[in-house]
Amino acid sequence: MKAVITVIGKDTVGILAKVSSACAEEGVNIIEVTQSIMQELFAMIMLADIKDANVTVDDLSKKLDKVGDEMGVKVHVMHEDIFNSMHKI
Amino acid sequence: MIETKNILETINMIENEHLDVRTVTMGISLLDCIDSDIDKACDKVYDKICRYAKDLVKTAEDISKEYGIPIINKRIAVTPIAMLASVCQTQKITKFAKVLDKAAEELGVDFIGGYSALVEKGFASGDYALIESIPEALSITNKVCSSVNIGSTKAGINMDAVKMMGKIVKESAELTKDRQCIGAAKLVVFCNAVQDNPFMAGAFHGVGEADCVINVGVSGPGVVRAALAKAQDCDITGVADLVKKTAFKITRMGQLVAQEASKRLSVPFGIVDLSLAPTPAVGDSVAYILEEMGLEVCGCHGTTAALALLNDAVKKGGVMASSHVGGLSGAFIPVSEDAGMIHAAQIGALDITKLEAMTAVCSVGLDMIMVPGDITPEVISAIIADEAAIGMVNTKTTAVRIIPAIGMKAGEELNFGGLLGYGPVMPIRYGDPTKFIHRGGRIPAPLQALKN
Repeated sequence: MKAVITVIGKDTVGILAKVSSACAEEGVNIIEVTQSIMQELFAMIMLADIKDANVTVDDLSKKLDKVGDEMGVKVHVMHEDIFNSMHKI
Repeated sequence: MIETKNILETINMIENEHLDVRTVTMGISLLDCIDSDIDKACDKVYDKICRYAKDLVKTAEDISKEYGIPIINKRIAVTPIAMLASVCQTQKITKFAKVLDKAAEELGVDFIGGYSALVEKGFASGDYALIESIPEALSITNKVCSSVNIGSTKAGINMDAVKMMGKIVKESAELTKDRQCIGAAKLVVFCNAVQDNPFMAGAFHGVGEADCVINVGVSGPGVVRAALAKAQDCDITGVADLVKKTAFKITRMGQLVAQEASKRLSVPFGIVDLSLAPTPAVGDSVAYILEEMGLEVCGCHGTTAALALLNDAVKKGGVMASSHVGGLSGAFIPVSEDAGMIHAAQIGALDITKLEAMTAVCSVGLDMIMVPGDITPEVISAIIADEAAIGMVNTKTTAVRIIPAIGMKAGEELNFGGLLGYGPVMPIRYGDPTKFIHRGGRIPAPLQALKN
């Protein structure tokens, strides 16, 4: 399955590096990354393939939550299907 | 890849606007548990529910974690117990309530519904005994919910049952007066009850349903309100359009969860109920949506029109988003569960007569309304009859869930805590309907019923 990882918060040095290295540690393959500034907030969105990941989505989510907390940003890990079903007919 | 703004919109809905899947409800038929020996019947009921629903809570939690969507309640609805009670040679029907409660505890579900009887045209064997046992059943259990259907567009209104239910509602409150009269909050009196409703307290598993189904109720008043808040300048057509689009998105999420739950549990998918169900949390209120449309306070003149628009637009938006829409689908107006309505009732802007008018255009009826403890059973019956008449004539579901606040007067406050919320005791109208209620009999089905 594919997961959408979003990082929202104040822009700091090394956000991309820290989140992606945490992903790499768990065997999560990042397919695509976009970054933008929305309403003065930093927003990074990653599409990740987690079929070969060595943790469950829940554990990955907890791990990235922790990484996010350390940097003062909010990280969400959600199934890609949520967005597809909500925003595509 | 999906557009950034769409991703952020969804996350914002969940994080800040209380978007959630309100309930995943498993409907289980108990028709094969019927036994003339009530103890044997209870054993079969317990075994079947525990067997079918053993993975319900875990599966819902797994989906919630994996997809990142909160799923608030996990519930079970069963065949109306009156049908099982009809063959039992005993008056101790409450054994069924205890066994349902035990199964619900064992499985960890939030509520179990179906301690119910359908008597719109008359009492069958078992119905009378079951209804009589409701107050006791609700006082000795925690998770059991009860409902009685006393009227329908096709059958008219069973006024004998209406008379009886006034007494039952009052007794249910009295028996639980040391627990905020919670008994009456778990009892719904319906006209045109639906057979696949996933929402409590009125859920039961209809006899026309499959052996086991998964029904999902979505919610999201906060999301609709937030969408309207961003569109201050549009006209009413624009408002309706915006509600439709938002309802579509919310329902798509419900459909996804329903399909996933159905697949993982190997149980057929029944319906998605696309209701706007409020909670007492600030920002999760149907009243605030109406106020966002331009009303100073929910209950002022214009409220009924705004609610009609909302109810209709929610259905229109949701209906394309799901392969099967069912249940009650629309806007709920439970007073004690809605921060905006609680406020409106506290300042006197919202009273029982305005609420009655609103029920003609919302998806259900007089819901979670506290009335003075000295209300007579006949007045409760008359409130039920009024509400059932609105449902019967308009070919829609209406319900009455009122809580006589024993020992309290109008203006005092009853607090249930949790999702059931709190609110002021509302005054009722002057005058005595006793003679009308005591006549009994049936209100004939209206002309609307003769469609064949």
